[in-house]
Amino acid sequence: MFEAILLTVITAATPLVVAALGELVTERAGVLNLGVEGMMIMGAVCAFAAAQLTGSPYIGIVAGIAGGALFSLLFGFLTLTLVTNQVATGLALTILGLGLSGQLGEAFVGKPGIKLPQIVFPYLSEIPFFGRVLFSQDLIFYLSIALIIGINWFLFKSRTGLKIRAIGDNHGSAHALGINVIRTRYLAVMFGGACAGLAGAQLSLVYTPQWVENMSAGRGWIALALVVFASWRPWRVLAGGYLFGAVTIGQLHAQAFGIGVPSQFLSALPYAATIVVLIIISHNRRTTLINTPASLGKPFVPDR
Amino acid sequence: MKKLIIALTATAAVLGGFSSGAQAQEKKKVCFIYVGSRTDGGWTQAHELGRQALDKALGDKVETPFLENVPEGPDAERAIERMARSGCSIVFTTSFGFMDATLKVAAKFPDVKFEHATGFKAAPNVATYNSRFYEGRYIAGQIAGKMSKKGLAGYIASFPIPEVVMGINAFELGAKSVNPNFKMKVVWANTWFDPGKEADAAKALIDQGVDILTQHTDTTAPMQVAAERGIYAFGQASDMIAAGPKTQLTAIVDTWGAYYIKRTKALLDGTWKSEQIWDGLKDGILTMAPYTNMPDDVKAMAEETEAKIKSGELHPFTGPINKQDGTPWLKAGEKADDGTLLGMNFYVEGVDDKLPQ
Repeated sequence: MFEAILLTVITAATPLVVAALGELVTERAGVLNLGVEGMMIMGAVCAFAAAQLTGSPYIGIVAGIAGGALFSLLFGFLTLTLVTNQVATGLALTILGLGLSGQLGEAFVGKPGIKLPQIVFPYLSEIPFFGRVLFSQDLIFYLSIALIIGINWFLFKSRTGLKIRAIGDNHGSAHALGINVIRTRYLAVMFGGACAGLAGAQLSLVYTPQWVENMSAGRGWIALALVVFASWRPWRVLAGGYLFGAVTIGQLHAQAFGIGVPSQFLSALPYAATIVVLIIISHNRRTTLINTPASLGKPFVPDR
Repeated sequence: MKKLIIALTATAAVLGGFSSGAQAQEKKKVCFIYVGSRTDGGWTQAHELGRQALDKALGDKVETPFLENVPEGPDAERAIERMARSGCSIVFTTSFGFMDATLKVAAKFPDVKFEHATGFKAAPNVATYNSRFYEGRYIAGQIAGKMSKKGLAGYIASFPIPEVVMGINAFELGAKSVNPNFKMKVVWANTWFDPGKEADAAKALIDQGVDILTQHTDTTAPMQVAAERGIYAFGQASDMIAAGPKTQLTAIVDTWGAYYIKRTKALLDGTWKSEQIWDGLKDGILTMAPYTNMPDDVKAMAEETEAKIKSGELHPFTGPINKQDGTPWLKAGEKADDGTLLGMNFYVEGVDDKLPQ
């Protein structure tokens, strides 16, 4: 029973964690992309369509990543090259993504989905209790864990990561030091798009293997909130995503168990819990400020 | 330059010709507002099929524009007003949450007719229409009573409005009519449309031991989970057999087409008036998807119940019925009146849940 709950929590938390990690890198580079929901749904439709056409869910994953990354390129072009307002452009990207994905996916509505198979690690998956939960999962779950470790190393231990953070904190100084701000930001935006696309692929290949319009149902927005919740730290994204997932699933179980607490209260619980934790971790204003990319959302025009 | 002027004139003439041609036909506009996507596989798709049926039947006399994905809330009012302003003769607003928005817009456009689905507030130019879904849910409940080995069903509910509470009660009563000890667990998803959340709710219920699943939300995700876990389930609003060929026992299929055609004809004849219509199985506003994946005797029972409801011999809410806490509600032989059903805010005995107030 507990194992079953854990499995459900992992499925619910993975898309949030993956999309939030991508957005975290984008925001660390100083770009605020509110179009996560739009990129996620584009990833979902591309992944589902490609899996349907080729019969391979793995090609679906690649298509989801590509779809999200290409779609984010549009955002990059508008905000980085044409220097449009990032907030407005991000919102527009979400609206466009929801509409466009509906158009693209019309032919695939009602088609039975192809579920991403589980990859079972021999021996490891036989560890009592946690073995099956952690070592007989699908590829996207393993990728999400690899992403956490990789991004944490990349941002804080590698030279390029340092450049990205420098750009996010002060794009003027970074430019003066000879770092190519625009190019780096393009790459960061596309990485965010690719992650959102991967999260979308998880929705249409793992979570609910089907295509329905608007199937992301607001998860992109939760991912965005998670980045702030995590104060731009990768490990906290993992903690936040799983906390949110656990409370979401926990409240459904509490209802099914019949504990007699009003369901509206239970439904609000994941959001309430997130806010409470946010207050607790951000009570130290100094550390929060240090982590916040200072140039976040500010336009940059290199002077030549 | 001269050529350009000629070209422009020709274009203008063609355009003018088109518009006067359209005017000559004088098609009336019958408009629809959808809460979800027209391809959601559930509630909105059923309305879309109704609209298509209308288009087929009266396409030479009417146009049928629609707006989809209109959220319940302030946006709804704007969407309805946009439709009314664009020259619609009648606007069907197809979600419970559009009720107040419909009435507000209707007050501003007294010459436009409105019909609001599943609501209870009417006006001289606002009619309401609804379907007696509970008749279908009673039949589903009976089938569940026979098919569930544990006598325990899971119900994925959306919002605690009378319509949904009525459905839960009808299902429980149907199940109890064949298995007096039948119990039901309810999970409120607090959404009509979120495949992920609906799937999570389905998994939670199955993990807690239910062996039959029914839903009052709009997507096929719960059916898919039921299929994966190898239990039976009922479809909602549209036939969901594609999502669970070996899983779906039957589905309550909304067939609004006949109603839309009837009301549009009345509009064209000039006999349309504001009414509060609540049709059922006998009127064809809802039908049962083929009874599948069940033994012949269960199928025969379901068919018999369906026939009895159609003939009026059986009313699902006929006493003796106790409320959840055991206090009597209906005496033996007493039938619930429509007003009580439409305002239903309590559970009947056997539902294992606390109703959110």
